Amino acid sequence: MKVLVAVKRVVDYNVKVRAKADGSDVDLNNVKMSINPFCEIAVEEAVRLKEAGTATEVIAVSVGDKSCQEQIRTALALGADRGIQVETDGNVEPLVVAKLLKGVCDKEQPQLVILGKQSIDGDNNQTGQMLGALANMGQGTFASEVVIDGDKVNVTREIDGGLQTVRLNLPAVVTTDLRLNEPRYASLPNIMKAKKKPLDVYSPEDLGVTVTSHISQVKVEPPAERQAGIKVEDVDLLVDQLKNEAKVIS
Amino acid sequence: MSTLVIAEHDNSALKGATLNTVAAAQAMGADVDILVAGADCAAVGDAAAAIPGIGKVLVADNAAYEHQLAENVSLLIAEVGAHYDNIIAPATANCKNFMPRVAALLDVAQISEITSVESADTFQRPIYAGNVIATVQSADAKKVITVRTTAYDAVPAEGGSASVEAIGAVHDAGISAFVGEEVAVSDRPELTSASVVVSGGRGMQNGENFKLLDGIADKLGAAIGASRAAVDAGFVPNDMQVGQTGKIVAPDLYIAVGISGAIQHLAGMKDSKVIVAINKDEDAPIFQVADYGLVADLFDALPELEAKL
Repeated sequence: MKVLVAVKRVVDYNVKVRAKADGSDVDLNNVKMSINPFCEIAVEEAVRLKEAGTATEVIAVSVGDKSCQEQIRTALALGADRGIQVETDGNVEPLVVAKLLKGVCDKEQPQLVILGKQSIDGDNNQTGQMLGALANMGQGTFASEVVIDGDKVNVTREIDGGLQTVRLNLPAVVTTDLRLNEPRYASLPNIMKAKKKPLDVYSPEDLGVTVTSHISQVKVEPPAERQAGIKVEDVDLLVDQLKNEAKVIS
Repeated sequence: MSTLVIAEHDNSALKGATLNTVAAAQAMGADVDILVAGADCAAVGDAAAAIPGIGKVLVADNAAYEHQLAENVSLLIAEVGAHYDNIIAPATANCKNFMPRVAALLDVAQISEITSVESADTFQRPIYAGNVIATVQSADAKKVITVRTTAYDAVPAEGGSASVEAIGAVHDAGISAFVGEEVAVSDRPELTSASVVVSGGRGMQNGENFKLLDGIADKLGAAIGASRAAVDAGFVPNDMQVGQTGKIVAPDLYIAVGISGAIQHLAGMKDSKVIVAINKDEDAPIFQVADYGLVADLFDALPELEAKL
């Protein structure tokens, strides 16, 4: 079984991002970039499927300019077998990413596509579901457990209030939640080996996709700041403030 | 202009998130209809019809929609939504699951988790875990939108009398099936709609100590939440997580206990009206957003607080 795993290059999750003073965009100058944490979980899950003998090949794909090859190499260092970059001019919208991934699926015919549930830059949470619709595949989003069972996959999903399990025909799409697994660290020998693994580059035209734009960013701004409040000396004062000042308890 | 709101429900009751979403739909200035997709969900349709200002309620009642499987429901919504300018749903786990499928079927973008309607085609939404607010403009004639429900006050649930129409369309994609569900049963209010939330973090030290929050939650009628650190450490189940990747809450009162205040956690609760932080580290970032900060050992402060409430 071939597994396709999508990875995205995003601002490292430890970086506190700010809007530029002129409001034109976020300031990404000299900011550390990493593989999106949810995508890292997706790679780990795919590699575990290979180690368990369920998957035969793991292909890591990313959409973006040349710099995203760095994140593909990270995925290869974590255990993916080969990489595909779909070359675009910077970030494109989730719908376009989904169309490009559909194009890669048509070429590669994977039985399972694993993606992060959302990327920590746009916080859109769309691409996996859109790919499912475009390719008419079932989807197990926000997955906390993935079990392949013959020509089906059982996915346990994190939903409001608990967990839900669905059973999907293969091929299917899975998007990862935080508790699916704990990604490993890439070892130095594996990082070296990853540099020699094959990495193909496609253009959107190669995949029969026209890059379109449906949404424009008008401006960005910092959120309304909360004023820091006061420190209270003890529990009595706290209760008194909540009752008589904030009036949120009675 | 017309807007279709997708109802959030469990086949027996309409969920409050629908009322916040109707508020956002009304802010768009269009006529609002509601779609209820489920099985044996007539009571939900009636509840939706009681919301004031609704044109009509469409009820698609079929076994194929019982568990809101995205593969089936998205086909229905794309078909029904073809007649509307806007299709809008709350950003619940359920609607986040199927709405992007709807958008892809209609070949339009989705605008996720809007917090403000600026005009008919322009919206605000948080990005980068809420550290930046983006204003975005859609070029699509038809808009597929999810709403961050905490950004909108609920509309009244009673007083209207919209007509209810049955929708016969049955879409069963046949590629997915519901197996089972483990939903935590609790007498407490739901985390995302509770007016008071008490959350514990890594400072709680273990799951057993979360019982210290129970008494306070009982007295305040509060829901209990947790930080990601507490969930990752296995203290409590993940459906209790408040934060960027967990639940977004905005109660009247949020009490953060033993939570340092990582930006990912703040993203999930900083719109709360009043924030209380109890932490023994006086430099914890949580105090920068707290209205009332108590620097104290939570194991002393919690029993005392429970006794004095």
